Amino acid sequence: MAQSKHGGRKLGQSNKMTALVVDDNMINRTIHHRLLDNLGIENEVVSNGKEAVDIHYSGKMFDLILMDMDMPIMNGIEATKKLREMGIRSVIAGVSSRAMEEEIREFMEAGLDDYQEKPLTMSKLVSIIHKING
Amino acid sequence: MDLVQLQRQLVDYRTSLYHEGFLDEQFTQLQSLQDENNPDFVVEVVSLFFKDSERLLNELSKALEQQIIDFKRMDAQVHQLKGSSSSIGAHRVQKLCIVFRNYCEAQNVEGCLKCLQQVKHEYGSIKTKLESMFQVNLGPILYQCSKLVSGIDSPFCFFECQLEQQILNAGGSIPV
Repeated sequence: MAQSKHGGRKLGQSNKMTALVVDDNMINRTIHHRLLDNLGIENEVVSNGKEAVDIHYSGKMFDLILMDMDMPIMNGIEATKKLREMGIRSVIAGVSSRAMEEEIREFMEAGLDDYQEKPLTMSKLVSIIHKING
Repeated sequence: MDLVQLQRQLVDYRTSLYHEGFLDEQFTQLQSLQDENNPDFVVEVVSLFFKDSERLLNELSKALEQQIIDFKRMDAQVHQLKGSSSSIGAHRVQKLCIVFRNYCEAQNVEGCLKCLQQVKHEYGSIKTKLESMFQVNLGPILYQCSKLVSGIDSPFCFFECQLEQQILNAGGSIPV
């Protein structure tokens, strides 16, 4: 069950799935937000890896994190490593336009549970979500 | 022009944009995210794309006018444009951005200048085509807005609204 797998939620929170979109591109944030909304997933959006880390420091938790790779201030690889060091067990899916095996491997090794090549579609998102429930 | 012809024209126009490589399946994805709760989603995202792209293209033009060109910054900006155009399905713009990034990496000024012109041209084309498509789709939205405001800016918009309303009143639907 999602709750026990991904650590505690704050008291009083519903069982609805939650997600965090981490992307420096405004259009991608808008689209990913909408994709998640359409699936009934409550979600927040941030613009870079540092904001993703900070939102976790504030005490928030998410079932799913959609992590872009190339971002200013703190990129996806650094942010993923940092979140795992902090003990964050959420499903982190890398979403990037990078296609080279070497780059994808480096991103995966940072602590991803899944990787999908951009642009993100509904079917790609659904396959990521199966990893949470599966 | 009758209702069926008008609808067919709209469908044909959209189809041609795909066949000619202006749009790809990602645009279809965008359309599938639009529903009665978010009836203006496509127009909103595309408008965001226009605004952001114009900003980036201006910055790229300025960057190439400088004495010392910051290729790294330019590359980051082209990366942004590539990402946005890919996300909305603006296929030709996306493909050109890939070439542009190669020139940035090679610090090839001539290549960058040439590419920037090509990107501007393709961006201009897709913008015009999407605006043409939306002028018909914007019909019902403008019609609704016209009830709230006293006047409508452009008689052309009003005419489009009327055409759109005529389709709807005749029991037709705006083809998706």
